[in-house]
Amino acid sequence: MSWFRRHPSATAYILLAPGILYLLVFYLYPTAQMFLVSLWTGSPETGYALTGNFGIYPEALAQYSEHLTRSIFYGGAATIVTFLVGFPLAYFIAFRGGRYKSVLLFLVIAPFFTSFLLRTLSWKIIFADNGLALGPLKDAGLLPDTFRLLATPTAVIAGIAYNFLPFMTLPLYVALEKIPPNLLEAAQDLYADGWQRFRRVTLPLALPGVFAGSLLTFIPAVGDFINAELLGDPRSQMIGNVIQARFLRVSDYPTGAALSFILMAAIIIGVLLYARLVGTEELTGGTT
Amino acid sequence: MTAIDVRLLEVTKSFGNGILAVDRVSLDVRDGEFFSLLGPSGCGKTTTLRMIGGFEEPTSGRIELQGQDVTWLPPYKRNVNTVFQNYALFPHLSIFENVAFGLRRKKVASDQVRQRVGEMLELVELRGFEQRRPGQISGGQAQRVALARALINRPAVLLLDEPLGALDLKLRKQMQLELKRIQQEVGITFIYVTHDQDEAMTMSDRICVMHGGRYEQLGPPQELYERPQTRFVASFLGISNLMAASSDGVSDGYAVARLRDGTEVRLPRPMVDGSHDLELGVRPEKIRLHPAAGGAETADNLLHGHVRDVSYTGVSTQYLIDLSGGGAMTVYEQNSARADGRLIHRPGEEVAVAWSPDDTFVVRSDAATAA
Repeated sequence: MSWFRRHPSATAYILLAPGILYLLVFYLYPTAQMFLVSLWTGSPETGYALTGNFGIYPEALAQYSEHLTRSIFYGGAATIVTFLVGFPLAYFIAFRGGRYKSVLLFLVIAPFFTSFLLRTLSWKIIFADNGLALGPLKDAGLLPDTFRLLATPTAVIAGIAYNFLPFMTLPLYVALEKIPPNLLEAAQDLYADGWQRFRRVTLPLALPGVFAGSLLTFIPAVGDFINAELLGDPRSQMIGNVIQARFLRVSDYPTGAALSFILMAAIIIGVLLYARLVGTEELTGGTT
Repeated sequence: MTAIDVRLLEVTKSFGNGILAVDRVSLDVRDGEFFSLLGPSGCGKTTTLRMIGGFEEPTSGRIELQGQDVTWLPPYKRNVNTVFQNYALFPHLSIFENVAFGLRRKKVASDQVRQRVGEMLELVELRGFEQRRPGQISGGQAQRVALARALINRPAVLLLDEPLGALDLKLRKQMQLELKRIQQEVGITFIYVTHDQDEAMTMSDRICVMHGGRYEQLGPPQELYERPQTRFVASFLGISNLMAASSDGVSDGYAVARLRDGTEVRLPRPMVDGSHDLELGVRPEKIRLHPAAGGAETADNLLHGHVRDVSYTGVSTQYLIDLSGGGAMTVYEQNSARADGRLIHRPGEEVAVAWSPDDTFVVRSDAATAA
């Protein structure tokens, strides 16, 4: 005990050690390895050699830029949808949930008890051209016979939004729930009507939650391939589908690896721009 | 006659679970006065304040603000502002924007805003703090910002909900004086909620003592202290020695009462309302101790007993006297007389306890349990 007390910084490192070790072994090492893979040339038949072929990056970018922009667009659209659905949901649970708060929160994460893949597959069944959702509407003549949801960008974006909704809702809930009720009373006391209270107090104070929620949704959404695979068609393939295909179908490892890094770079740049835009001041509490 | 700023008529608030938080409270707050709602926690004082502010709706009754019925108006349509418990400053806004919040909502021109915020920060001595955030200032400073943020709107009435509750004792004392100064400077009616009797006594023009959702007594601090009307007020504001007695006619212009052991005690006639059973009270500092041998004036009420306990507190000496007729009395003696040779009475010593009939008061049982 006394040794730890005399060496507080050592204690900190000991506590950090498992995490650092884990990240080294399971994140940093594979990342470095993958970077080397991207610089290979060859094929599964002839074998690979590390040739330092950086040219693969502009090549891959040129070839798949369409998929990359589409992924960013789908991911962005899905993030906006989750925000529009998740914010009122989180707001309701935080301010009107009362004693049902924990039940409602449980319901938000309840879908996680089923596998991601299974949920998306059941969407495929429910929204099939003559399935549970569209069939009766078509029979009733409310929708034209040619109408379809599956194999459209709408289905992919909606699927992503559905699957990532809890990642948006929970951070928003945490941020909203933390707002002391007397701040809203103070705003009311200072002549703010309902909309102004929301605009001037609730929303600015929820901003850290908006930031966290949108990153937690956007980052995995851009790299997602399951939704595009199951709910989309060849014209709505995302960068994740390409990477998956490069690795598992055509064994073009270098291109798959290079695309992974391009995706990573694109996301990092996007997030930095976003942080600028939303105003990191709100997040750090700094003064300007 | 002074104008009435706030009038409560038979205001009652019960919460869903059948708890009666405020029970038929009627009172008038005069224009420009420092008015305190005083009572222990759960007495309904904060609920009363919140109803005046518009944050709670009364179950029944009526609230008037400068003659206008505001019972059902939302807070932002009332000409009152509140200083909240724990300040409730907006953490995402600068001190300047916190203070300017109300003016911005009222769409006051921005050069006007700048000027008035400047004046306000001057008043609360926080010039130079404009660009700080609430997280970067001390509790006392946050308190001043909260005050400035409310006062800048020039409300008819300022409501303060235990505003000094989170400050340490020294800062509290300092802020009490400052609040009083600011109130006199701006001339706005203050309604102040507190559970601290000293605080209420030092600052208020009038105090309303509340207990169990009812109001017990309303008056200037001196009147509440010298003439408490209920047992609760007598013991919540300072310490009282209470004695059960029965009324026994009139003598020499005083009403006469007999204690349980038959001792005669005299008191001012207006104190007696004709009922037979009385509860008498006298404040500890009104009592003088004499050696058992004598020395008391014959006009005084006189009881006998012996000293059980003595504690010397510097300013005064506090005695606990066991009375020979049963019961005990607390007595405070100022230590100013020590120099001329009077001694501190010692435990076990026989003493005579004397006080003037004029210092005797009569209390009712608590309003909450009676009526």
